[in-house]
Amino acid sequence: MLVLAVGNPARADDGLGPALAEALERLALPGVTVQAGYQFDAEDAWLVARHPIVVFVDAAAEGPAPFAFARVEPAADTSFTTHGLTPGIVLGLARDCFGWQGEGWILGIRGVSFEPFVERLTGEASAHLEAALAFLAEGLRSGTFMGWPAPRELT
Amino acid sequence: MSGLNRIAIEPVTRVEGHGKVTVLLDDAGRVHQTRLHIVEFRGFERFIQGRPFWEVPVLVQRLCGICPVSHHLAAAKAMDGVVGVDRLTPTGEKMRRLMHYGQTLQSHALHFFHLVSPDLLFGFDADPAIRNVVGVARDPRFAELAVRGVLMRKYGQEVILATAGKKIHGTGAIPGGINKALSAADQARLQADVDAMIQWSVETLALCKRYTLDHLAELADFGSFPSNHLSIVRPDGAMDLYDGVLRAVDAEGGILIDQVRPDDYLQVIREEVRPWSYMKFPFLRSLGPETGWYRVGPLARLNTCDFIDTPLAEAERQEFKALAGGKPVNVTMAYHWARLIEVVHAAEKIRDLLADPDIRGTDLVVLGTRRPEGVGIVEAPRGTLFHHYRVNERDQVEMANLIVSTTHNNEPMNRAVHKVAMDHLDGKPLTEGVLNRIEVAIRAYDPCLSCATHAIGHMSLVVEVLDAAGRVVDRIGR
Repeated sequence: MLVLAVGNPARADDGLGPALAEALERLALPGVTVQAGYQFDAEDAWLVARHPIVVFVDAAAEGPAPFAFARVEPAADTSFTTHGLTPGIVLGLARDCFGWQGEGWILGIRGVSFEPFVERLTGEASAHLEAALAFLAEGLRSGTFMGWPAPRELT
Repeated sequence: MSGLNRIAIEPVTRVEGHGKVTVLLDDAGRVHQTRLHIVEFRGFERFIQGRPFWEVPVLVQRLCGICPVSHHLAAAKAMDGVVGVDRLTPTGEKMRRLMHYGQTLQSHALHFFHLVSPDLLFGFDADPAIRNVVGVARDPRFAELAVRGVLMRKYGQEVILATAGKKIHGTGAIPGGINKALSAADQARLQADVDAMIQWSVETLALCKRYTLDHLAELADFGSFPSNHLSIVRPDGAMDLYDGVLRAVDAEGGILIDQVRPDDYLQVIREEVRPWSYMKFPFLRSLGPETGWYRVGPLARLNTCDFIDTPLAEAERQEFKALAGGKPVNVTMAYHWARLIEVVHAAEKIRDLLADPDIRGTDLVVLGTRRPEGVGIVEAPRGTLFHHYRVNERDQVEMANLIVSTTHNNEPMNRAVHKVAMDHLDGKPLTEGVLNRIEVAIRAYDPCLSCATHAIGHMSLVVEVLDAAGRVVDRIGR
C-alpha cells in the first residue's frame, strides 16, 4: 500500500499532509510505503503503478471536519496543472502509461488557516490530524479500505 | 474606461502557479489593452530577515515547489560569498552542478511532455477533453511519449535525491560547499539509465524541431517580437547554467553588457514598479525601462551564448541559430525548441559528471573569511535567478533581494499576450481556441507564478467577462 501526502509546511495547515506522513512513518507499518511531497507529481504515476492500493493525502480548505475519505478514480481532468496535479490524473497516468489497475483513495484533512510564512499547524488542524492518522492507520493495518462507506466522514 | 469590456481568464491553466489575463475591449470588440496579472507570493524576503545565514539555502526552497533546487543553489552560492569562498572544491562544484542539471532535465521534461505536448500534438483548437497529458497517454500514437515524460522526470528527480538528499527541500549545498559526495550505489544506478536519457532527449528534440519547422509559417509570428536577451555565460562565452558572468544581447545580436560579475548586477539592472501589477519589471540600466527590458530562459540562453560545450547540444544549437541566419531567434514558440536543446545538454552533462572521479571525492567544504554580503546567480530552468543577501555580525540575514526568472520575463509575457490578443481576438468572437492561444503564448515562457496553497478544491479555470464598470457580464469555467 502506498500513501502519498502533499502540502507546504510553510503555509500553516497546508502542512497537514507532510505532518501526517511524518507521523505515519514513525508507526513503521509493514507493507506500507509513505512519500511526502510538495505536490502530486507526474512521476508519482510510476510509484503508484507498483502498489495495488494508493491513498492520497492533502489538506482540504473546504469540506467536512476532521477529514473526508473517498474513492478516487483515474481521470483526464481538463483543469490539469502540474502545480495542482490531482490524484485522479496521477492514477490516470499510472493506468495509461504503466497499466496500473488498483484502487485509489483520497484523504482530505480539514485545515483552517493557510496563511503564508506560518510554520505550524493550528490547534484545530492538529486535532484533525490526530483523528485522520488513527483512521488511516486502522485501514492500513487491516490491509483494505473496501467495504467502508465512501465518502467516510467522522465527526 | 466607458465603453470598454474586460475579459478575465483566471487562473491560467497548465502554468505553474496562478495568473490572470485581462483583455480590455472597446465597444467594437477591438483589443484596447492586454495584461497578465500575477498573484505573487510576496513577503518572502522579509520572512528571511533575522534568520541565521546558514539556514537560508534550505529555507528558500519553500518559495516554490516547482524549482526549489534553483533557489537552494542560488542561495548557497550567495552564502559562499558570505563565508568568503570564491571557489569550491572540485567535488563541491561538480556535485552542485550534477544537482542543477538533474533539476534542469526534470523541469524541462515535465514542461514539454505534460504542459506543451498536448497543444502541439492535438492542435490549439482541439477539444480540451483530450488536449491534456492523459489525452496524450491514451492516444496510441503518442503513448510512448507520455511514458518517457514520466520516466525522464523521475530520472531527474533521482539525480536530485542522490545529490541533495531529498527530492524537495534538500540540504546538499551548504555555504562553502556540499555535505556529501555521490555514493557508489547512486553513481552506478544513475549511470545505468543515462544513455537512455540522452537518446530520449535527442528524439524528443527531433519531434519538437520537426513540429516547429513544419508549422513555421504560423509559429514565426505567434506572440513574437524582437527583444533583448539576458543570461549568465561562462567567461569564454560557453553556455553555463550554473555559474558565469552576465551577458545581454539585443535583437540583432549586438552585445549590450558582457563579463559583468554577479556581485555587480545592481550596476546593470534596475526594476520598475507599475501600479497595476504586484510583480516588478526589470530592465537594463543603460537603456532604461522603455527599451531595456529583456527575455530570459532557454531562448535567451541560446541567443546569448557563443557555443555549448557538449557535442550533441552544440550541433543542435548551430541548427537552431541557422533559423535566424546566426542572429538571435526572436520567435516566441522557439522557446520549446531551445528548451529541448538544453535537455540534451543537461543529459550530456549528467553523463560526464557521473563519469568524473571528483564526484566521489572527500574534500567537500572550503572556509574563508566572513564577508557582509553575497550574490548568487544561476540559470534556473525558467531563466536567470538572482539571490542577494546582506548578513550582520550576529550571522543574521539583514537584507534579501531575490529576482526570479518569471519577473525578468514579465514585460515579454505581457507583450506576447497582447500580440496574440491583437492577432486572434481583435474584432473576433471570444472562443475556447482564442483563450487557449493566449495561454499557449504564456506557457512558452514556462512561468512559475509563485506557489499559492494547493489544497484540494483550489484549482479551476474561470473565465469572466466584465464591463467597464467592473460588472461580470459573462463567466465560464473548465
